Amino acid sequence: MSVIAPKFKLSEFIKSLLDNVFWVILLMVLIGIPAVMMVLFVIEMPVINGELLTPFLALTWLADPSRVLPIVQAFMTTDIFRVMAFPGFGFAALLAAGTIFVERKMLAKLQLRVGPFYCGKIEGILQLMGDGLKLISKEIIIPAKADKPIFWAAPVIFVAAAAAFVAFIPVAPGWVVADVDLGLLGVFAVIGFFPIITILSAWSANSKFPFIGGIRALFQMVSFEIPLILSLLGVVILTGTLNLSEIAASQSSFPWIIFLPIGAIVFFITMLAELERIPFDLPEAESEIVAGWLTELSGMMYGLVQLGTYLKLYAFAALFVVLFLGGWNGPMIVPPFPAEILTDGIVMGPITAKIPGLPLFTQEMLNGTLWFVLKTVGVIFFILLPRGVFPRIRIDLLLSLGWTKLIGLAFVNIFIALGLLYAGVLGPGGLQ
Amino acid sequence: MTAELPPGLALQKVDERIMTLNVGPQHPGSGHMRIVVQIDGDYIVACDPDPGYVHRGEEKMAEYRNYILNIPHLERPVIHDSCNVLYPYVLGVEELLGIEVPERAKYVRVIASELNRCIYIMYWLAIYGIFLGHSTMFMWPAGDREFLIDLMEKMTGARVTHAHFVPGGVRNDLPPNFEDVCLRQVNYFEKRIKEYAAVFYDNPILISRTKDTGVLSRQDAIRLGTTGSVLRASGVDYDLRKKEPYDVYDELDFQVPVMKEGDSYARSRIPWLDMMESCRIIREALQKMPKSGSVRVKLKPNPKGGNDTVYKRVESGRGSLGCYIVSDGKPEPYRVKLSVPSFRNLIALPYLLKGEKLGNMPSVYWSLNYWPVEADR
Repeated sequence: MSVIAPKFKLSEFIKSLLDNVFWVILLMVLIGIPAVMMVLFVIEMPVINGELLTPFLALTWLADPSRVLPIVQAFMTTDIFRVMAFPGFGFAALLAAGTIFVERKMLAKLQLRVGPFYCGKIEGILQLMGDGLKLISKEIIIPAKADKPIFWAAPVIFVAAAAAFVAFIPVAPGWVVADVDLGLLGVFAVIGFFPIITILSAWSANSKFPFIGGIRALFQMVSFEIPLILSLLGVVILTGTLNLSEIAASQSSFPWIIFLPIGAIVFFITMLAELERIPFDLPEAESEIVAGWLTELSGMMYGLVQLGTYLKLYAFAALFVVLFLGGWNGPMIVPPFPAEILTDGIVMGPITAKIPGLPLFTQEMLNGTLWFVLKTVGVIFFILLPRGVFPRIRIDLLLSLGWTKLIGLAFVNIFIALGLLYAGVLGPGGLQ
Repeated sequence: MTAELPPGLALQKVDERIMTLNVGPQHPGSGHMRIVVQIDGDYIVACDPDPGYVHRGEEKMAEYRNYILNIPHLERPVIHDSCNVLYPYVLGVEELLGIEVPERAKYVRVIASELNRCIYIMYWLAIYGIFLGHSTMFMWPAGDREFLIDLMEKMTGARVTHAHFVPGGVRNDLPPNFEDVCLRQVNYFEKRIKEYAAVFYDNPILISRTKDTGVLSRQDAIRLGTTGSVLRASGVDYDLRKKEPYDVYDELDFQVPVMKEGDSYARSRIPWLDMMESCRIIREALQKMPKSGSVRVKLKPNPKGGNDTVYKRVESGRGSLGCYIVSDGKPEPYRVKLSVPSFRNLIALPYLLKGEKLGNMPSVYWSLNYWPVEADR
């Protein structure tokens, strides 16, 4: 008998379910469908496969759902889909949410606890949703002497910068939001935003602990940006391009981590520091400076910063995968789409359904995404692991590590890359 | 507003570079106390510990209750170390009333006292871990502590506030089969705490953070009057269990861990070594304990002491803990004074933190083996 959860009664559960369904249907019929119809009558509709898309046509989807697929396919080629859903924000936010859950469960198992347990009945799988609801419903308290516009804006800009970072990541061949030639340079530019946002948020709060935390974050991020950039130069020298898609494509036979392990290690350590993860979580060191630069943030402002932090975590892990682990490249393990469905349709006894618009995704794209997600999850696991093993480092040790050891190692990595290039072993595009 | 200052007083000039931080009482890095820290950049220029937020008047309360009723509330200052806090009071009352304690009760007391020392140190270690940002080292000791708490529950009936020691022995005899369970749990516990070295004490980041920080030299440790693990980490071999053996400590074979460095690392390592010695003591005491016999001398109801004073002290989880009892022939003591190790160790804090970095503050502060509630009494 659990004290926390009330006793489960099937009748009450079904009653609450029916109540919800009733209200949803009522609102949809009275408000939703009229509103959608009004919008559909006013705006100009696109022509798809020689057929004008009208609201009446949309009603025929209820009778024949297979007619939706061409519309979905047409939608998937738009920029909105790329930005909002697949390689962009939605995909990254989904992975970030999974990361938070896995982090909490994994850390709990490491520390002889159970972690989130009650929310969502199955191993606390809805805990994140509960936390989000709590943060939304909390009051936002602004310090009286804070610089209010900047203080309000900083968390929003933080999430925006993290989302901009995500936009550069190629997930599968051709699936990237911003396929720019100077992609890596763009990544450096976006990373350069974070210390500015942090110090703006910290300073505008006009409070002592956020101020110290902000200064620490500034020190840490600025001094680790240099080894970060230097450690990636080896890859750029060997591939001869700054385009992240081309860098990923150049690793079709082997990943760069085989030839540049030192660069990968330096990048991983600087990544931990940029992400303010343990052992480098000095800007949020709670026993010294309460919560560092997050001290005065409350409610959903704190939630936004957390969202931005985990988006950033996903983006850095994905960058590591793209630069050193070969991105989407991997053996083909996704089976090809069955051809008889395309030619004959799906045969279910007497019914034969021919569905136009299949397959939605190509085999290469599914395989690439699968490998990319597998590698990213692996890297995220290694980012999360130090939290259970290490205490926090001190600021002077951190800075001496960044300015002496890591920069030295990054230069060693560059010399290795130059040596490989001039010895003629490797050149732009792979083995010579 | 410029008010005329009384003669002899002057306003303190404040350097603009110096920032004053109030660490506590509502701060994750303080106990129930406040530390006013003045920092210049990352360096601490002055530190002013400000205890007193949890003063409960235990000593005054003791003047209104008789010798037996004093037992439950006098253990409140450190509920995790309740047997050791009560120990000097009980020893003192026994001397006042002239009671001879049975042999078996003495062994039971030593076992309970050592178990309690481990329980206290585990709690202390958990907080030390989370102060350094090591969340695993918070969860592991807090979890492994449960083995010993279960043992104490078997022995006394209560999980933390035992009130087990009474003048004349202990309240109850051991439950049947206690020796086997205790031996098994203590052996497992010792195996467990040896694993802490891999994840915590041999961790290179921990060593780089705590080595050579907050160094307390041998002379200063003696001059400032520190006790317990702080004194022993500075190279002074001083343990009341050896120097002034009480009950049956002189019949048991154990060593007192001493380190010479006097830094935060040594101060944090000594309690861990203490726990291993405690396990040894418990095992030996279980062997040597008389298998049967009385554990309590029957007292007169409402016993009275003569016109006498007595001072007894024991080695608690934090250092030497003394209890001074003045009796004026009434059933209630005229005065009970606790001389607590926490307060004496806290005196060293301003000396140690001066010139340190702000990042060292939690590790130095908590390595002093300080318990705020005990210091306030």
